[in-house]
Amino acid sequence: MSPILLSAAVCFLLAGAVLCAMLSRAKAANAIGGIVAVVGAAVAIASAVHALQTGDETLQLPWSVPFGSFHISIDGLSAFFILAISAVCALGGVYGVSYLRHYKGKNLGASWFFFNLLFASMLMVVTAWNAVLFLAAWEVMSLSSFFLVTFEHERQEVRKAGWVYLISAHVGMACLLAMFILLGGQNQVMDFDQLALPPGVSAAAIFLLAVVGFGAKAGICPMHVWLPDAHPAAPSHVSAVMSGVMIKTGIYGILRTLTFLGSPASWPGWWGWTLLVAGAITGVVGILFALAQHDMKRVLAYSSIENVGVICLGLGLWMIGSAGGNTIIAALGLIGALLHVWNHAIFKSLMFLGAGAVVHATGTRNIEQLGGLLKPMKHTGVAFAVGSIAICGLPPFNGFVGEFLIYASAFGGIVGLGGSAPIACLLAIAALALIGGLAAVCFTRLFGIMFLGEPRSEVARHAHEAGVSMRVVLWILAGACVLVGLVGPLVAGVAALAAEDLLPSTGLDIGPSLGLLWRISGASAGLIVFAGAFWLLRRRLHAGRPIEKAGTWDCGYAEPTSRMQYTASSFSWPVIDMFRHVLRPTLTRQLPSGPFPGRAHLTSRTHDIFMRFFYVPLFAMAQRLGQSLRWVQHGRNQVYVLYIAVTLLALLLWKLGTEQ
Amino acid sequence: MIILASIIHVVLALSLSPLLIGVINRVKAKFAGRRGRPLLQLYYDLWKLLHKGAVYSTTTTWVFRTGPLVGISAVLVAISLVPLGRVPALAAFDGDIILLAYVLGLMRFMTVLAALDTGSAFEGMGAGREVQFSLLAEPALLLGVGALSISTGDWSLSGIYGSLFSDGLAAVAPTAVMVAASLLIILLAENSRIPVDDPNTHLELTMIHEVMVLDHGGVDLAFIQYAAALKLWVFCALFVGVALPLQMHWPLVDLAFGMAGVFIVAMVIGVIESTMARLRLLRVPQMLVVSAVLAMIAVLWALR
Repeated sequence: MSPILLSAAVCFLLAGAVLCAMLSRAKAANAIGGIVAVVGAAVAIASAVHALQTGDETLQLPWSVPFGSFHISIDGLSAFFILAISAVCALGGVYGVSYLRHYKGKNLGASWFFFNLLFASMLMVVTAWNAVLFLAAWEVMSLSSFFLVTFEHERQEVRKAGWVYLISAHVGMACLLAMFILLGGQNQVMDFDQLALPPGVSAAAIFLLAVVGFGAKAGICPMHVWLPDAHPAAPSHVSAVMSGVMIKTGIYGILRTLTFLGSPASWPGWWGWTLLVAGAITGVVGILFALAQHDMKRVLAYSSIENVGVICLGLGLWMIGSAGGNTIIAALGLIGALLHVWNHAIFKSLMFLGAGAVVHATGTRNIEQLGGLLKPMKHTGVAFAVGSIAICGLPPFNGFVGEFLIYASAFGGIVGLGGSAPIACLLAIAALALIGGLAAVCFTRLFGIMFLGEPRSEVARHAHEAGVSMRVVLWILAGACVLVGLVGPLVAGVAALAAEDLLPSTGLDIGPSLGLLWRISGASAGLIVFAGAFWLLRRRLHAGRPIEKAGTWDCGYAEPTSRMQYTASSFSWPVIDMFRHVLRPTLTRQLPSGPFPGRAHLTSRTHDIFMRFFYVPLFAMAQRLGQSLRWVQHGRNQVYVLYIAVTLLALLLWKLGTEQ
Repeated sequence: MIILASIIHVVLALSLSPLLIGVINRVKAKFAGRRGRPLLQLYYDLWKLLHKGAVYSTTTTWVFRTGPLVGISAVLVAISLVPLGRVPALAAFDGDIILLAYVLGLMRFMTVLAALDTGSAFEGMGAGREVQFSLLAEPALLLGVGALSISTGDWSLSGIYGSLFSDGLAAVAPTAVMVAASLLIILLAENSRIPVDDPNTHLELTMIHEVMVLDHGGVDLAFIQYAAALKLWVFCALFVGVALPLQMHWPLVDLAFGMAGVFIVAMVIGVIESTMARLRLLRVPQMLVVSAVLAMIAVLWALR
């Protein structure tokens, strides 16, 4: 039943996508595109809920592709991801309708075609039970998101971002192809239920190919370089979908691949270490670069990298816990990671959509130009504040729930595991704490500079609140942040269903996780109740007393201007300077000099070091290498025929040689 | 009996934490050869502030008014999570240190936002420094507790502190000393004491915490000052548990020891503040890195 429902959702989305494409520039395309996404999401959610209630079901149809079959199945893990994907795509769809409205003259039908195609392909990715089908869906997902990123292709930086994304998506795809070919081995069977490690193939190779190939999508460092370019380039609802759920398909891929590789207890210890160290580096690098950016969507994109790092930390702890035979610690890590997948989907789409509302209202993504937006944009501001607290992993909102479990897994591992595992756990604790501290810098800066204080430019002064449908979406997401923070154990119960399907043989001990989470919920509720009580107390105390308005105290200076406020750059500069050996910021300055100083200026920029010092030189080298081979290609057909003949001859000789 | 001791601890913390500030100031006054303000000065201040109205800057929004409320709520949760020496906390569970660190993180987050809400460059500076320093203090705190966790095989704060010295002093002494040193540095940094910050200078550019709350007044300021005193209590209690290797197994006696310890720590802070100068701001991160390194060495020692 549930796979059929899901297929129906996918077919509906595809049909709707084609309809949007045909409507092209007609006004109706915009509304219909959004409606299709919402209806498709409703059906997909129904299928996932049904699957969670009744257990796994499969649907297998013949498909005339070598090794392929149209084989889809929904287990707990798939259902878990379907729920996140559908919810975010539906909200993104609703938001997108009013967001895209002001792009007059653009082909919105095409944009919605790719949006719904992306949605459908993500659903297929997490339910495909055949490698060929999976890879086809994966490729459609990459391509449709590429076209969404290049929506404003007339801008050069957008084209560049799209290009970087396309290349990195295909480098990842190459790894996945190699991985599935290795996994398929001689069996010629590519269905997931029959995939297993063939004899003679190294499990380590499969694991590493999965981490690199899926990591390129998820944004694991150093394969993360496409994110900070692609997310600012895309329209905000697309950024929300890509960052909120599409990059998580990489996490799904890693998890699904691991199920082909035997039971967790049999995995070598260094696998967990690999994910844990990768997660720690990804998290710290991601958030460090986030706090050095001036473009709000770049900040959020880097923060997505950080959160993927946190998820990988959780997965690493799960694997280390499993290898050490401690199911409690394993369960804490895995459920923490899965919860963080959901939580990140919620608060990151909230942040991107909030940022979109600001871009909509002011026309700039540069946070240095903003300020004081909380007054004209009350609703967006509240939602953005909730998202900022949640994304820093602070109680009482949802971010803390997942991070707490990952932390708890690490603390439990110190005590409960032997060998080198406690060192890994301590590394995870140190990394999480550092990430938490840096995230606080990053998001107090982002929210504080954008929404608080006085407007720093005319555009910020004339900002206006977002439209009703955009506000409703923001409120729903902010409400979800609060709710998940309060009923974490219930959500963890859903994550546990996914986790159990992932590891049917070993079993997970989730009781302790839930017990701890109820205490966290209690503390969160306590925080909210206390704050409410103090609010009432203050109101009572203030009753009948003078409550006055005055200017901000600026040490007696009479005429402060908004330009005298602290800027985002100055707020984070001490931290950037502290980590300058990693971040390598560039400063251009013209200092005031002489008795009558003229104009002075100071600019700081922090570009991605992996792009600057690794990929740019690497691709430049590849280009030089290619240049030096250009003589092979000179356009004479006769010579090409000669190449073919020589190749065939060489193959013939080789074949003869091997047969003797 | 034990739960009674825990309840008494919370009641005493709530009622006596402003006295800690009084003790610190009295010690500083003695060192300077002054008579000093009354021990109960902070109580008088709080009482007076609670009777005042309010003046809010026209720049500010609800964020500015929410900051003090969240701050005091967060620190109340923290107080219920912290054990005092061998006296367990009111609420104890595995991993409670994470919640403790993160509610204090929430308090900081909202204080920083409230500061940025005023649009004042001074408060922005203070806010920037606050987040910079605490990002170094947080890993040190959690690693330090991690080291204790290894030594005791327990991972709730009350469990760790309850059994820290039960196998004799010699086994855990090196770890405990290093963690205590690390915690002392964190205590000074997180509570804006000398040598990190100077709680007496209100309008200098060198300020961190005090400058962030420049624009708050009246009831809000009372909440903030009371929350700051409670936060000091939280860190003193954490420090005392490691630094005071006494265990009597009579909860009320342990409680008395803990209380004495907290006030001794306040005196030590007073001595440190009287005998040291404030560090240059550029040196503060180095000091915090020292505390993180101490915690790391403690971890390695405990793991050996």
